[in-house]
Amino acid sequence: MQRRLFKTTGSRYALNFVAVLITFVALTLVSRFDLMNRYTLDILVQIGFNIILAVSLNLAAGFLGQLPLGHAGFMSVGAYAAALFSKGVDLPVALEFPLAVLVGALTAFVFGVIIGLPALRLHGDYLAIITLGFSEIIRVVIQNLEFTGGAMGLRSIPKYSDVPWTLFWVIVTIFLINNLIRSRHGRAILSIREDEIASEASGISTTYYKVVAFAISAAFAGVAGALYAHYLRILDPAQFGFTKSAEILVMVVLGGMGSLIGSVISASVLTLLPELLRGFSEYRMIVYALVLILVMIFKPSGLFGRYDFSLGGTIDSFFAGIRKKLLGKGKEGR
Amino acid sequence: MRVLDVHNLGIGFGGLQAVDDFNLQVESGEIVGLIGPNGAGKTTIFNLLTNVYKPSRGSIKLTDVSILGKCSIPISDMNTLGKTPHEVARSGIARTFQNIRLFKNMSVLDNVKVALHNGMNYSIFEAFFRLPRYWREEKRATSTALSLLDVFDMRSMADVPAGSLPYGAQRRLEIARAMATNPNVLLLDEPAAGMNPSETAELLRTLRDIRDRFGVAIILIEHDMSLVMNICERILVLNYGLIIAQGTPEEVRDNPVVIEAYLGQQRGE
Amino acid sequence: MTVLLQLINGVQVGAIYALVALGYSMVYGIIKLINFAHGDIIMVGAYVVWFLMARLLFPAWAAVILAIAFCACLGMAIEKIAYKPLRNSPRISLLITAIGISFLLQNLAQVIFTANPRMFTNVFPGSIRLGGSTLSVATLVTIVVSVLLMAGLSFLVNRTKIGRAMRAVSEDKATAELMGINVNNTISFTFALGSGLAAVAAVLYCCSYSQINPTMGSMLGLKAFVAAVLGGIGSIPGAMVGGFIIGIAESFTKGYISSKLADAVVFGILILVLLIKPVGILGRGKREKV
Repeated sequence: MQRRLFKTTGSRYALNFVAVLITFVALTLVSRFDLMNRYTLDILVQIGFNIILAVSLNLAAGFLGQLPLGHAGFMSVGAYAAALFSKGVDLPVALEFPLAVLVGALTAFVFGVIIGLPALRLHGDYLAIITLGFSEIIRVVIQNLEFTGGAMGLRSIPKYSDVPWTLFWVIVTIFLINNLIRSRHGRAILSIREDEIASEASGISTTYYKVVAFAISAAFAGVAGALYAHYLRILDPAQFGFTKSAEILVMVVLGGMGSLIGSVISASVLTLLPELLRGFSEYRMIVYALVLILVMIFKPSGLFGRYDFSLGGTIDSFFAGIRKKLLGKGKEGR
Repeated sequence: MRVLDVHNLGIGFGGLQAVDDFNLQVESGEIVGLIGPNGAGKTTIFNLLTNVYKPSRGSIKLTDVSILGKCSIPISDMNTLGKTPHEVARSGIARTFQNIRLFKNMSVLDNVKVALHNGMNYSIFEAFFRLPRYWREEKRATSTALSLLDVFDMRSMADVPAGSLPYGAQRRLEIARAMATNPNVLLLDEPAAGMNPSETAELLRTLRDIRDRFGVAIILIEHDMSLVMNICERILVLNYGLIIAQGTPEEVRDNPVVIEAYLGQQRGE
Repeated sequence: MTVLLQLINGVQVGAIYALVALGYSMVYGIIKLINFAHGDIIMVGAYVVWFLMARLLFPAWAAVILAIAFCACLGMAIEKIAYKPLRNSPRISLLITAIGISFLLQNLAQVIFTANPRMFTNVFPGSIRLGGSTLSVATLVTIVVSVLLMAGLSFLVNRTKIGRAMRAVSEDKATAELMGINVNNTISFTFALGSGLAAVAAVLYCCSYSQINPTMGSMLGLKAFVAAVLGGIGSIPGAMVGGFIIGIAESFTKGYISSKLADAVVFGILILVLLIKPVGILGRGKREKV
């Protein structure tokens, strides 16, 4: 009935690949040849970190349906592990940096399993509280350890993160989490959100998948932490407190629990918003808070609900819309 | 062939003996009815059979026969006690729920594919990178799910979110989902509740169909006497957690104890 | 003797935690919301007293009474404007709104009073000697006032008409409504009560710790909240028990182990209790019907 350009999986893959490639090349060129000022690049990088954090938290909050409130804790674990790794080894950057990020991710994953196993026995608000508790403990412990630099922070971390690297990890995060959700493992995770008892009765080991989803979510928070550490070059444990965790959760809920595109857009907007309001510097956080409250009151399910985005589908429906308009006008003309 | 052997099952909540001395043997392909007044302990028995509640005593033995082909020789008698509900589901007991429990925001197809989870075989790593086995297994699962939906006359609704289905279709989807775990024993908790007579008649045909096709044994709790009397080969009557009578529909219908405990009460309603 | 002093210290802090925890617990009991803005009500209360006394030169008693009234009204207003429209929405949206309110209050205070800490004059100066060591009057007042308030609150909830309404609404809103209880008013009253208690806690806290700043409510609120969960959220005696446990544990950790680890110990106790008894020490669990 309708002509669709991107019907087959292959064509959609090709389209997405081309789109990603163009963005990647464009941003790399922009940052290599100083086409943007440092300030803009800085915001781009911050947006990238927050997208990784929001998308990963969405796995545990939106797709698994739990309410973790300690994402910043996993971010800090990843940040410190990666920073200590790259401070400790001496390899070529092209090898050392990806390895450091992987070390950050793996460490956060392990922490995710260790914390998830006991914590995920609790539900809803109690899970929120216990994960909050764990992340506060992580923070206090880092503050009191010798090798993490204590409350003074960890200093002189090599600066490896830049716009292309951040974009690369953003794409990897979205790609992997999106693929996970659309697999048998992802359906198992979703079914727990929908009805845990029915999920168990359908042969799903709910405990296993809760811990797996939680730990994978933690691992990507670790990726964000690793990038963050190699961007700021200094880590201060106080930055990974409850406020940071709450900020990430806000991004996820505002974008829509269970919508990846929602997380991406809301992480971008919420990072940009305070920057755009810099002119009213005093009032910017007030505006931020008000936006948050108003969106929740008027659109409680978040901006995108559970909407899924597909580039091919959007282009197709865009052209379908144009065709419809043209045809409609044609009919009127007759 | 015997697929389920329940011996002396019982559970108490606090001081109350909810179910006591429950014995049941089921052959493959058999349809057994479980009736009794409200609060008699029928759903509790389902919860015990699926280990949602841990029995205080008794044993549940499942004969491990793979029904959808491959092998049909009993491998071993498995005791399901101490297993988690999902392990019970994997060893061959599937169920539906009195208050429908579907994955409402997932499509009809995905509801069935969740239950096919254990029939698929690819790792999280393969899912991350969509390696060949991912595509192969997903394709196979989709076609299995669609042909199962065909049995329930639901293929055309495959992409609809389960929560937006009409009531009768939701009940059917729950049975389809249960069947997707490839069970030897299917427990149906009031499958006809809320259905109109023509939907109930349709359900009756479907249940006979899946019994004939897959050889699955069905135990059903139902208040709709016309359905129970029509479809069940054997009926167990429960009151205050005890079996007070059992036999063929005719025997049960004429049993004075049953009339007093159950049908008599219904007449008064 | 130092043990006794640490204990008294702990009881003092614990009493303040308990007062704040009661607010969390009552609100959670009635609308199932972790009211993250509750900690910031303490901050507002502290600033109101400070402003009235230091700038407008009000007498202490008048400042305290006005602050309690102000916080009670603020609590009710927040509920009416921000929480009530979301009563039938997903609970997570309500939670995010509460976080939004918390951000809003903190940043408003920062704009109005700047981020610099202010000095708070002790309303209850002086100290008394007690067998070789000194106890400040503020400590004694804190303990006495808290215990009296908690006793009063228990009476209110268990023995009065409005208390019965509160309990009914927290059991089942729809049924309470059918029984002729005005659910909206009951919820408003609960918020007023909780916020009023937070204002009292603010005064008592500031008398001992003298400094106030716009983010002082976060950590105080968080620990009080931990106390509420520890005791069993939704349970009023639980909030008191939790408050005292947290206060005493914190005081002993600071005294005998390390002041830096106090927060970790507090959260460690919370995790331990939740893992052993997921609904808290005095909480009641509900089983999902299959």
